[in-house]
Amino acid sequence: MLSLDLSFYNWGLVTNYLLKGFLFSVQLTIIATVGGIAFGTVLALMKLSGKALLEYPATFYVNTMRSIPLVMVILWFFLIIPMLIGRPIGADLSATITFIAFQAAFFAEIVRAGIQSVPLGQTFAAEALGMTYGQNMRLIVLPQAFRNMIPVFMTQVIILFQDTSLVYAIGAYDLLKGFEIAGKNYGRPIETYALAAITYFVICFSLSRVARKIQAKVAIIR
Amino acid sequence: MIELKNVSKWYGSFQVLTDCSVSITKGEVMVICGPSGSGKSTLIKTINALEPFQAGEIVVDGINLHDPKTDLPKLRARIGMVFQQFELFPHLSVTENLTLAQMKVLGRPIDEAKAHGLKYLDRVGLIAQKDKFPGQLSGGQQQRVAIARALSMDPIVMLFDEPTSALDPEMVGEVLDVMVGLANDGTTMCCVTHEMGFARKVSDQVIFMDQGQIIENCSKEEFFGESSKRSHRVQDFLSKILAH
Repeated sequence: MLSLDLSFYNWGLVTNYLLKGFLFSVQLTIIATVGGIAFGTVLALMKLSGKALLEYPATFYVNTMRSIPLVMVILWFFLIIPMLIGRPIGADLSATITFIAFQAAFFAEIVRAGIQSVPLGQTFAAEALGMTYGQNMRLIVLPQAFRNMIPVFMTQVIILFQDTSLVYAIGAYDLLKGFEIAGKNYGRPIETYALAAITYFVICFSLSRVARKIQAKVAIIR
Repeated sequence: MIELKNVSKWYGSFQVLTDCSVSITKGEVMVICGPSGSGKSTLIKTINALEPFQAGEIVVDGINLHDPKTDLPKLRARIGMVFQQFELFPHLSVTENLTLAQMKVLGRPIDEAKAHGLKYLDRVGLIAQKDKFPGQLSGGQQQRVAIARALSMDPIVMLFDEPTSALDPEMVGEVLDVMVGLANDGTTMCCVTHEMGFARKVSDQVIFMDQGQIIENCSKEEFFGESSKRSHRVQDFLSKILAH
């Protein structure tokens, strides 16, 4: 029978070890989501542009990023970026760049599917009123596409939050690292990892409930 | 005002329009009818360049569509179009649907756009729905809002692509009433429709299409009145449709 000693779990634990890691994980998730959606939308528009000069690079980038395990991309960026810019780079910054680049590929596919889920007739109507390609995208298609894609977006954010634990590979101080160090210092690895799992679960579960509420609010009645 | 000369269109190797020539003068109401797949919708969509065409020439109010200098969005803003599936913007309210293009394309200030749009909304009888969303309206109401939206841009011609084909029979009447009103006010109109009663009432010219070609292009009186002089295909079509 496991004997679990949770006496060490107090506010001191949280502030000394966990808070810093938690903030990093949250920050990384938010930055990667915003950056990923921004670049992902650009990539999606490139893929749908009908111009080979834009389509091929975008498709190549998206397919490559989606074919390599995230942990490998994290390691590669950490090793390659210093070589490219000539000086060493911190694990935090490297992780941030990596995640934005990686998430852009996944969001590109989500946004592309979202754009294609908006009926073509909407674009015809916008064009018939004299709107340009840019106005149509900005005012008619993308607002509807994003509303349609919110459930998938939120799933991606939840997965992203869990994936931030992979920065373990380059030693960045995220939530999981915080638990690990605490476990080593207090000599209670089992309890801390169990708490880590529960913490991740609570956060991700709450996010999925929030997602459902948002989706109900902005759903478009056709 | 609108001239189509020998317009032909291909989808890949399949020819959907063959040598179509049409002429619409100001204030005229033209009806295009024919069986499904005859290219009627495709033809009307070439008029405002929603569908490209490969051969022939289309001139709208003196502007040639194939001229590389033509500003197509600007031209489209002067041509109103009403679609079979209404195509209101579902994420915007009725008022926003009416004002969006006026503000963004024509650059009108919001108050002017609103007043203008609501004037046409009232004309189609739906001023009470101005704050509703398209999803809350019936099909007939949505189509009337779509007509008001197109009219708010003060177009030189109104194009209708089977405006009542997706409606419940009970709602067809309310939309046709609006269209008859427009015709009586002297609006230049081109309608693709199956509603022969409407055609008989307000049209000036009737065009019959089959398999991408214009089989018949004559006045309303000739089309309905002297139908024995029309081609067999047309007589066949009329006998089937008018039997109801």
